[in-house]
Amino acid sequence: MTEKLVIIGNGMAPGRMLEHLFERAPDRYEVTIFNAEPRVNYDRIMLSPVLSGEKEYEQIIIHGDGWYIKHGITLYKGHRIVAIDRSAKTVTSDQGVTAPYDKLVIATGSVPFILPVPGNNLPGVLSYRDLDDVNAMLLAAQSRAKAVVIGGGLLGLEAAAGLSARDMDVTVVHLMPTLMERQLDPAAGYMLQRELESRGIKIITKAETKAVLGDRRAEGVELADGRIIPANLVVMAAGIRPSTGLAQDAGLAIQRGILVDDGMHTSDPDIFAIGECAEVGGHVYGLVAPLYEMARIAAAHITGDTSPRFVHNDTPTKLKVTGIDLFSLGDFADGDDRQEIVLRDAEAGVYKRLILKENRIIGTVLYGETSDGAWFNDLKKREVDITEMRDTLIFGQAYQGGAPLDPMAAVAALPDDAEICGCNGVCKGKIVDTIKAKRLSSLDDVRAHTKASASCGSCTGLVEQVLRLTLGDAYNPAAVQPMCGCTDLGHDEVRRLIKAKGLKTIYAVMQELEWRTSCGCAKCRPALNYYLVCDWPGEYADDYQSRFINERVHANIQKDGTYSVVPRMWGGVTSATELRAIADVVDKFNIPTVKVTGGQRIDMLGIKKEDLPAVWADLGRAGFVSGHAYAKGLRTVKTCVGSDWCRFGTQDSTGLGIRIEKFMWGSWTPAKVKMAVSGCPRNCAEATCKDVGVICVDSGFEIHFAGAAGLDIKGTEVLGLVKTEDEALEVIVALVQMYREQARYLERIYKWAKRIGIDEVRRQTLEDAERRIAYFGRFVHSQKFAQVDPWSERVSGLHKHEFRPLAAVPLTQAAE
Amino acid sequence: MHWTAIGTLSDIPQRGARCIETPEGKIAIFRTGDNRVFAIDDHCPHKGGPLSQGIVHGASVTCPLHSWVISLETGKALGADEGCVRTIPVKVEDGKLYVALNLNAERAA
Ligand code: SRM
Ligand SMILES: Cc1cc2nc3c(=O)[nH]c(=O)nc-3n(C[C@H](O)[C@H](O)[C@H](O)COP(=O)(O)OP(=O)(O)OC[C@H]3O[C@@H](n4cnc5c(N)ncnc54)[C@H](O)[C@@H]3O)c2cc1C
Ligand code: SF4
Ligand code: FES
Repeated sequence: MTEKLVIIGNGMAPGRMLEHLFERAPDRYEVTIFNAEPRVNYDRIMLSPVLSGEKEYEQIIIHGDGWYIKHGITLYKGHRIVAIDRSAKTVTSDQGVTAPYDKLVIATGSVPFILPVPGNNLPGVLSYRDLDDVNAMLLAAQSRAKAVVIGGGLLGLEAAAGLSARDMDVTVVHLMPTLMERQLDPAAGYMLQRELESRGIKIITKAETKAVLGDRRAEGVELADGRIIPANLVVMAAGIRPSTGLAQDAGLAIQRGILVDDGMHTSDPDIFAIGECAEVGGHVYGLVAPLYEMARIAAAHITGDTSPRFVHNDTPTKLKVTGIDLFSLGDFADGDDRQEIVLRDAEAGVYKRLILKENRIIGTVLYGETSDGAWFNDLKKREVDITEMRDTLIFGQAYQGGAPLDPMAAVAALPDDAEICGCNGVCKGKIVDTIKAKRLSSLDDVRAHTKASASCGSCTGLVEQVLRLTLGDAYNPAAVQPMCGCTDLGHDEVRRLIKAKGLKTIYAVMQELEWRTSCGCAKCRPALNYYLVCDWPGEYADDYQSRFINERVHANIQKDGTYSVVPRMWGGVTSATELRAIADVVDKFNIPTVKVTGGQRIDMLGIKKEDLPAVWADLGRAGFVSGHAYAKGLRTVKTCVGSDWCRFGTQDSTGLGIRIEKFMWGSWTPAKVKMAVSGCPRNCAEATCKDVGVICVDSGFEIHFAGAAGLDIKGTEVLGLVKTEDEALEVIVALVQMYREQARYLERIYKWAKRIGIDEVRRQTLEDAERRIAYFGRFVHSQKFAQVDPWSERVSGLHKHEFRPLAAVPLTQAAE
Repeated sequence: MHWTAIGTLSDIPQRGARCIETPEGKIAIFRTGDNRVFAIDDHCPHKGGPLSQGIVHGASVTCPLHSWVISLETGKALGADEGCVRTIPVKVEDGKLYVALNLNAERAA
């Protein structure tokens, strides 16, 4: 019998724990989660980029709804657990749900500390902890001009920078003499203050808050010295407290946090605690790296492996404010037994300080130039005696051993166990091994497979260097790849010039852009042909000799030179008449293999080229058109049965799929485009691995894009939610048209979107209505020339030379 | 050398090919962008792909199956690949096409 695992809180720690748990013992537990926040697990760290507008909420989701379904997890969103009954082994939520557990994990995180001053509960006073806080701040930013952030620590400063990026007039009031005094020494704190002030953020240090003023809403903040700062929004970021109330009521041992041993057990053997609410070895933590370590260890113990044990490690702190580089680690207080090495470069705004004890690094503060952070961290962790390199240590790793090395050599010199990604505890060796084993080639690949650089992103530069080091010249994210050997120009440049110079034939392109060959090659000609088809609909005469054979004969060439034929079955729906027609064709032409494809339709394989027109004629009479199974164009729109039949269906997914397919078939695209429409989040049409997917929900249609499931596997990104079918169609068409106009030939949507940015696609096709309508219009125009069934054209004689031998030379004649 | 008439130049699209069926198998007749004509066996030296179905560029063709590039002039695979197909003499006179098959028939015999 599966045991019951109940988790209270659905933050970053338990999310990670479940990943480990499912890896170790996928079926051992039936998991139930209660989360006071009404949502799935997201990357809390990235709230600051959401606040500043650099990211959207959808991009910081760690586990989407599908993940919970996939793992059979029951997630109670918006349920706060109010009681744990240890003798009955149950928990009860504020909505009245009671769930029994065999093992319980408490992961309630922290609560923001609210200053006990008058007015602290007025509307307009917020904390900074979750998405609701961010949304409330964004709302305030829209309508109000002035904000006060109380607290000049990491959270407060990120909030201040975010609000200022949203054009608010922001003042930070901070109790201590310098900013981030727990992570930065006064010198670095001063530099940080100057930088923030130069961006228009006002900072008042040594400022004690006395009250929040206002009648019905916050109107200002009064300091102890009598100063009053007007504000309509007051953000309290004065610290956090582990959230222990629930555990305390249940009689578990508590100090600052819920006490756990190094296997994450609380004082009750069936209850674990992880994350910010837990206290281990006298420490409570507020950064994810140690919490992720707790998650790993708890997963092991919960599945019966008691060997891993939690060990304390200092975690570096970085500030996620774009353009400010700051790194701090360990202990940096002065002391008689300590020495320090300091480097200042006022001009460049660089400050570096190393704190040494017995010739070993115990603390590091870097401001302005932080690339050596990982190296110093490594020296500290390994307790390396630095006597030998003392004179040059502060210049960083590149300067060890005389002549300055290039930064690559510095990364090359890092040992395999040097930590690259602090958030996820990923070391260099693991990244290198994964790049090699999985043949990764891009930063995103590395993020997907190792999690390195996938949380706060501040180690991105290092990860890129590891990539470059491992792949050599093969890794070159920035360089322009020429289209092919015939030119030095890249695809983007060629596309731009085609438009700018009004080039309307392949040979005009080759002439004007100084191609090196007389008529190109098999790489550039199909690409140019596509660009011209796309850019000059109705004007450009498609050059069939520049198309790959499949697109020339509208069938797929097979290994023995025969062809396969796949007619369209709109949305995967067929009928007795259609099936009968297919059966007749199969019999008549002796077609050796009939197969149901992975795209919800039927493939007839092994047809002789000469027979193709006759096969199409018969299929055409039954109403079939080409399925473009061969095309860099719209392939299939898979659907599920949807609300017509399915007890879970929320919308007519079949109908929408058919509508999309009928609207868009025949269009040529840079690479193939596959779509799917699922009637509910169970997603039976597998819409979340398609170029474009739709998940129907009660409130409308969730549009997904940029998925893949071929050479690469990639879940889709969410573009956004629309209310009606009409809107869904408009957005999808605009998205595909944007892709048609911008992508490089053979670049699938997911690669293109990664290159230009998910946000940019969303901005242009969802948010900017004017642009969306313009894209839509251009697509509709081009369809006038594209939506012609190529099969019936050929049945009526077009390109008949393709299907007939030029001559048959009989034996007698040849032997003459 | 015996020349067999097989059709006219205009039967083949520029940068395209047509096939002729012969007792020795299919032969692909190519017409380049500058109206030169070549004939080679329609059988890629790699895995037998139908070269007549490839994309013609300059005086070469890219095989449709795995993209080997074959020189129409010499029949040799270009680039890093190794292999060769038979070339067949072909000529154009007054817009008419002729191939010299018997030569090969004798050889084959
Ligand atoms: C027939 C079919 C397999 C089947 O029997 O089910 C098939 C057959 C071929 N696929 Fe596929 N793919 C078929 C569904 C898929 C799917 C599943 C899907 O669409 O839901 C995928 C993964 C989804 C995706 O594309 O992300 C798929 C990923 C690929 C890929 C990898 C593409 C990529 O960018 O990663 C290739 C290679 C390529 O296109 O360069 C490929 C290429 C091919 C080619 C065209 C190989 C070739 O160049 O000859 C095969 C043609 C065989 C033929 O003559 O019919 N096929 N192929 C499926 C036709 C679906 C249809 O009705 O049109
Ligand atoms: C704006 C911001 C920026 C940050 N930046 C960084 C950074 O750059 N680097 C870094 O390492 N860390 C950063 N952190 C800290 C990091 O996000 C936290 O350490 C981490 O999220 C804590 O994870 P957790 O699982 O312990 O708790 P949380 O992620 O806080 O999750 C706890 C969840 O439990 C729920 N809950 C609480 N009580 C109950 C209950 N009784 N019943 C049901 N549910 C309950 C809460 O609603 C919450 O959703 C940042 C935090 C914030 C807020
Ligand atoms: S997976 Fe696709 S490409 Fe590969 S053999 Fe099967 S049909 Fe062909
Ligand atoms: S058969 Fe021609 S390249 Fe493989």
